[in-house]
Amino acid sequence: MIFDIIIYTMLCIGVFFNLLAGIGLLRFPDVYTRLHAGTKCTTFGSIFVIGSVILIGLKAWWHGDVNGSVIALHSAVALVAILLTNPVGAHAIARAAHRSGVEPARAVVDDLKDKRTGKKKRNNNAGSSNEKGE
Amino acid sequence: MIELLYGLQSTYLGVLVALILCTSFGIIRIILGPTTPDRVVGVDTINTIIIVAMVAFGAAFYEVIYIDVAIVYALLSFISTLFIAKYLEGGHL
Repeated sequence: MIFDIIIYTMLCIGVFFNLLAGIGLLRFPDVYTRLHAGTKCTTFGSIFVIGSVILIGLKAWWHGDVNGSVIALHSAVALVAILLTNPVGAHAIARAAHRSGVEPARAVVDDLKDKRTGKKKRNNNAGSSNEKGE
Repeated sequence: MIELLYGLQSTYLGVLVALILCTSFGIIRIILGPTTPDRVVGVDTINTIIIVAMVAFGAAFYEVIYIDVAIVYALLSFISTLFIAKYLEGGHL
């Protein structure tokens, strides 16, 4: 009984975060903010959905089915694959987008662009009072 | 032991419908996307959601083979994302 409640709660959290990822992918104004929505929310949601599958496999194993342990182990391997590959792919996409010349929308400070083009830092002539304020 | 999952099978099929809705959002972003990295972001998100949907499908019908396919799909989609990013940077493949 308590087991089913845990599984339903995890499924609700996972589906909610995946829907949030889709909505953020549609609504955000920029490549980088869309990447922020589409990567982090899907990673967090997939942790919960695959975690519920692992719990189902462990429950079936507890009730005497050997296939349940196989489902739990393979789901754990799939979860590890997602957790390892998703941030690396997002970082590669963001780097490629910045190098191919896509500007961040409504951005004020772009330190990576200044570093690449060899420009000096912007607050050199602003004086030291600005740095103290921060 | 499939009778343990009678209540959960319809739940997982509902989860699949919600995940397909997320995938349709990603497809809209691929169609609308102004630049090429926008489309790549849409493809990456769709790949992750498809992996989760495959695992949920395997849990709904209590089959291991769908989860194995999901593992291989995860690794191949990661490699394809890395190659597309390398191509966008202007490097050689």
